[in-house]
Amino acid sequence: MSDTNTRIADIVNTNDVVLFMKGTPLFPQCGFSSRAVAILEHLGVAYESVDVLQDMEVRQGIKAFSEWPTIPQLYVKGEFVGGSDIMMEMYEAGELQQLMADSGVAPAA
Amino acid sequence: MAMPAAEIEALIRAALPDAEVTITDLAGDGDHYAAHVISAAFAGKPRIAQHKLVYAALGGRMGGELHALQLTTAVPN
Repeated sequence: MSDTNTRIADIVNTNDVVLFMKGTPLFPQCGFSSRAVAILEHLGVAYESVDVLQDMEVRQGIKAFSEWPTIPQLYVKGEFVGGSDIMMEMYEAGELQQLMADSGVAPAA
Repeated sequence: MAMPAAEIEALIRAALPDAEVTITDLAGDGDHYAAHVISAAFAGKPRIAQHKLVYAALGGRMGGELHALQLTTAVPN
């Protein structure tokens, strides 16, 4: 458990933008994960993704880490931002673009 | 496992009595819902905290028996 927490903390702290999702950006395995990927692609930012279906410890551990019950989960600069609903609300309000700009996130290569 | 919309609404209202809850059954299968919740309890709270209030009202069902709930929150005008 604490090992998993350390691993998750390491992932979110060493990547500016990380999406914990079901499946991969090319082959999302859940509609919510697919929506989260689409938003990040629209924003045109570089991001890392973690497929929780490949790692049961992370799949459970990430929920405790953020005290958030669902996946996908977006982290920017080590901070939990939200799931796909919050990403969509923020995107539509222009807040997600602002957050990426304020955080100095690199554009997608 | 499916969960009736009325039950979702009742759970949210039990925790947030002033809440105006609108639930849409997205797929017509009693398993994929969208909920829009308006409550004064959200005032001044960031979105994550607003959503956590609703998830707390659902008492651990979110991500379990309630697989798909698209959630949006707002403060009354």
